[in-house]
Amino acid sequence: MSDFLTFPAPPALPGQDDLRRDVRAFLAETLGPDFGATDQARSWNGHDPEFSRKLGRQGWLGMTWPTEYGGGNRSPLERYVVIEELLAAGAPVAAHWIADRQSGPLLLRFGSEAQRRDILPRIAAGECYFCIGMSEAGSGSDLAAAKTRARRDGDEWVLNGTKIWTTYAHHAHYMIVFCRTGHSEDRHGGTSQLLVDLSTPGITISPILDLAGEHHLNEVQFDNVRLPATALLGQEGQGWDQVMGELAFERSGPDRFLSSFALLNDLVRVLGTAPDQASARAVGRMAAHLMVLRHMSRSVAGKLAREENPTLQATIVKDLGALIEQEIPEIARTLVPVEPVPGPQNDFACALARTLMSAPSFSLRGGTREILRGIIARGLGLR
Amino acid sequence: MQDIVLDMGGKLFAEHAEAAFHAHPKDTTEGAASWMPGLWAQVGELGLPLALLSEEHGGFDLPAATAMGLVRLAAAHAVPLPLGETMIANWLLAHAGLPLAEGPATLALGPELDGDRLNGPAARVAYGRHAATVVLLAGDRLVRTDAGTVTEASHNVAGEPRDTLVFAGEVTSAPAPVNKQNFRLLGALLRAQGMAGALEAALSMTVDHANSREQFGRPLGKFQAIQQSLAVMATNVAAAGAAAVMATDLLSDALAGTGAFATAAMAAKIRTGEAAGIGASIAHQTHGAIGFSQEYRLHPLTRRLWAWRDEWGREAEWCETLGTEVCARGPDGFWPFLTSTGSAA
Repeated sequence: MSDFLTFPAPPALPGQDDLRRDVRAFLAETLGPDFGATDQARSWNGHDPEFSRKLGRQGWLGMTWPTEYGGGNRSPLERYVVIEELLAAGAPVAAHWIADRQSGPLLLRFGSEAQRRDILPRIAAGECYFCIGMSEAGSGSDLAAAKTRARRDGDEWVLNGTKIWTTYAHHAHYMIVFCRTGHSEDRHGGTSQLLVDLSTPGITISPILDLAGEHHLNEVQFDNVRLPATALLGQEGQGWDQVMGELAFERSGPDRFLSSFALLNDLVRVLGTAPDQASARAVGRMAAHLMVLRHMSRSVAGKLAREENPTLQATIVKDLGALIEQEIPEIARTLVPVEPVPGPQNDFACALARTLMSAPSFSLRGGTREILRGIIARGLGLR
Repeated sequence: MQDIVLDMGGKLFAEHAEAAFHAHPKDTTEGAASWMPGLWAQVGELGLPLALLSEEHGGFDLPAATAMGLVRLAAAHAVPLPLGETMIANWLLAHAGLPLAEGPATLALGPELDGDRLNGPAARVAYGRHAATVVLLAGDRLVRTDAGTVTEASHNVAGEPRDTLVFAGEVTSAPAPVNKQNFRLLGALLRAQGMAGALEAALSMTVDHANSREQFGRPLGKFQAIQQSLAVMATNVAAAGAAAVMATDLLSDALAGTGAFATAAMAAKIRTGEAAGIGASIAHQTHGAIGFSQEYRLHPLTRRLWAWRDEWGREAEWCETLGTEVCARGPDGFWPFLTSTGSAA
């Protein structure tokens, strides 16, 4: 059987119980008793720089990076304990999330020594935030159709184009932009990744409200933005391979199956300690799915710790995880006769509304369901 | 050593897969799959019935997940063997300090222990008619008995024998090393491993078929609709395999009875059972009419999937038990409960 369908248990992690206890104690104190279901239901969309700085002070950002760059030199499995506790508590992690999850690791691998020394310690301190520069108006799932282009002009790059659906660009310091830098017969060729300081002149960030009327997304225009030659990350023309590697970080974690956990937990509260048969069955089924997804996701973390390439396993976790995340609001409304009500109150009706209105994004962001299944089909030898 | 045992087992099952296929009854109402005494003899010679045991008991000191890989391989080749039942029976007997099984063994519940006699029938016992030793849980005693008398010879939808037995003679017993729920969940774990193996084999057959069968001038596998649906099957095969491994890694906890094995085994049976339905459906849909025929070798796998998901507790039962436990802990206990489960939690 194809190796990519196997998910062995991760290696044992001594000391993880202490770490987990520390994170729980920190969260209980920092978030406080008033941080309820609807707050938690923002999942990793809750943006709070003060919270990110507090995490940085705990040493829980950039945990796996070398200490010389402000990291903690700890294992991916220890990082896993921290991030799954943050997500289960619905903590407001959005400010640092992209930087800690994928941009930092990308810089560690492809950034210059100066960039690593300048930026990574600030990410690890919870002070420096990133956004993703992949999608464009005409280039969503078909990332290779990107038109944003940078040309060399002496010692500089000149960047033109527009990125879209950029989460929290309006609060980020940097974007890593996937763009064309050359010409190639191969549509994956001639692409590169550039590190863009968002305070550079010529950048316009415009809000796009989501269907719930909230501002997380943006359109980011680049109009003759002049960047230093050092903005190039990795090698010119290797952008496609680099961006695929970045997506592997983006797809592997517990953020891919815990997005609706706040609602599920509130459902358990509403159902009470002696639920009827149908309710008990539904909760038991979700618990079983989450246990298995968690095993699979931790298995991926174990593979990362062994420096294996778990791209396909991560893709499987994300596809299965999004199904469960999207099923949870449907199950909740089946079991509890409460209408969803948009609003900030920390009750079941508002948590349901928020989760319901977030749910479509779960199988879009980080690669649509169809793209993921295409990748899996290729792994099966069908493409 | 680990790879050697799995290689030996896999080779043996593969050699007998063709004959096992022809041992299937032509008509499901006709009776059960034919017993293959030669195959069982070789299983015994290789020592596979002792695969879960330590060296001191005559086993190989294998990790449980490796030993149970034999159950998965046997399922993938659809061979008619109570290998998993015999492995678990010997494991229970060894931990109870009772003599190991002689020949093929099986697991049963139902009769009550009265002195050194068993009263009452044991229903739907896997390969009951072929078992030389039957291991039962009666109250808090683990009972070892010789073959029972078959009062009803039945079978499951895969044609595997599922018999009703009664026991007339004297039996031996010892304090049981597991409680009743864990005894049933050991059976559930066997079925979870079996379903994981049958799903892997069904996926492999289905991918091969999609790559070789041409319609509209190209292989089925080149159609996006087929690719997407086989990807769904693959994710379920992956989840089933992961679920079975997760529970198997906690096998020894079934003896301690802390609840870690029980929780993981329930989750494994629930998840593999769900994957079985989805996987069998996609395998047949992709194979079209060809896979629906008697002579094609998909049905020994899919019929096992349909049978095994309902044995030793169907999804609905374990969902209810697990959900009742989750709700009893309340919202503050849910996440700590989830993180306390699974291997190396």
